[in-house]
Amino acid sequence: MDAAQFLTIFISAVFIYNVILSRFLGLCSFIAISKQTKPALAMSLAVMFVTTMSSIITWLIYRFLLIPFHLTYLRTISFILVIATFVQFVEMVIRKISPPMYRFFGIYLPLITVNCAVLGVAVLNADMFFVGNKAVQGSFYYSAFQGICVGLGYTLAMLLMSGIRERLELCHVPKAVKDFPLGFIIASIMSLSFLGFNGFRF
Amino acid sequence: MEILIPVLTLGFLGVVFGVGLAIASKRFAVQVDPRLDKVHGLLPGSNCGACGGAGCFGFAESILSGKMKIDACRVASDQAKEKIAEVLGRQLIKGLKSVALLHCNGGTKVKDRFLYQGIGDCVSANLVLGGQKECVWGCLGFDTCVQVCPFGALTMSKEGLPIVDFHKCKACNKCVQICPKKLFSLVPLAGKVYVACSSYDLGKDTRAACSVGCIACKLCEKACKFDAIHVVDNLAVIDYNKCTSCGECVQACPMKTIRTRG
Repeated sequence: MDAAQFLTIFISAVFIYNVILSRFLGLCSFIAISKQTKPALAMSLAVMFVTTMSSIITWLIYRFLLIPFHLTYLRTISFILVIATFVQFVEMVIRKISPPMYRFFGIYLPLITVNCAVLGVAVLNADMFFVGNKAVQGSFYYSAFQGICVGLGYTLAMLLMSGIRERLELCHVPKAVKDFPLGFIIASIMSLSFLGFNGFRF
Repeated sequence: MEILIPVLTLGFLGVVFGVGLAIASKRFAVQVDPRLDKVHGLLPGSNCGACGGAGCFGFAESILSGKMKIDACRVASDQAKEKIAEVLGRQLIKGLKSVALLHCNGGTKVKDRFLYQGIGDCVSANLVLGGQKECVWGCLGFDTCVQVCPFGALTMSKEGLPIVDFHKCKACNKCVQICPKKLFSLVPLAGKVYVACSSYDLGKDTRAACSVGCIACKLCEKACKFDAIHVVDNLAVIDYNKCTSCGECVQACPMKTIRTRG
């Protein structure tokens, strides 16, 4: 476990392999909730929270349940199970403890259950930080950190996209490409520009 | 035997999570106002949005918090509204009930200027030189309003005009909004007389295009004893606050433009 590894994880998760713009995960919410900055930020924070927590939980499940029983092929279903349960649980807790926060997250929290970015992080962690079914040294911390960084990458993409789309609201745009078509065009251009980070190697 | 391990593992996970969620839902249960469910149950559930709320549930929430009046729902029957008022312990204040009316009687009586072969709805047809009819104010005769009505209150007649079923119409305003010629308006249920024309053309031009249009002859103005009907911009307009539905103007109208509705 060393600091350089953390930096590598940060740069690659946020920029080089940005979860939305390079890995193309979680596109549904990226297009749907990026019309205004405020809800986009709410969604991003919720995603960041869930990716971090689910990284931790899935690491525990993978390390202490799936590997000892040689069940690594069941990781998809068990990860989904964990994520769905966790999101449900968090929703209940937030609803009880902090109604303003519940209203802030609103519909976005349950939406994350089916956001493939979350499952993507869990699977990625299992791929990257387990070699030959054995946990790499410090892999728990790496996993948790990668969860945070993927959330940050998601936030970055969402904020960029919503900022652009908010400005576009004020422009005269041909009716045929208004809203979603334009969103797709922007997303593809942003994705291309993010591919420029690909030359970076650490 | 080998298959048992994954089955048991996943089963174990499922049971643990299930039980955990069940316990959590008990421990973190939030008390919701029990009246909310009752009110929502009494609402029609068509989620038409005519009240201005976000569906029936949003409406239930806003009448519970006092933001909206119970009567804002145009669809629920009076009995249902009274029951809601009972649940909330409030008095039901009734507004005026209204229905949608079509202010055009042209239909097939108005000839076409050209053959329109585009997309078969009024909004599209209206984009082409204001529609294919001789009268640019009148009904285009496609069934856009019929499609948009959530209550099946509109049907197309043989004369190419939508007919409003006043028992089914809930005055939800959808047809008023969609009609590109703005031919619908909401009038009070009590008003039986209406002007079946929307043409602001001069009487001469209206007569040339349509055999039943308002020619602004002002005979209805003279016939009315209550000062309720006036010709404004070449079109008769009824003031429903004054109109008593006596039918004098209907008798007087030479073009049979002013009509009583069934």
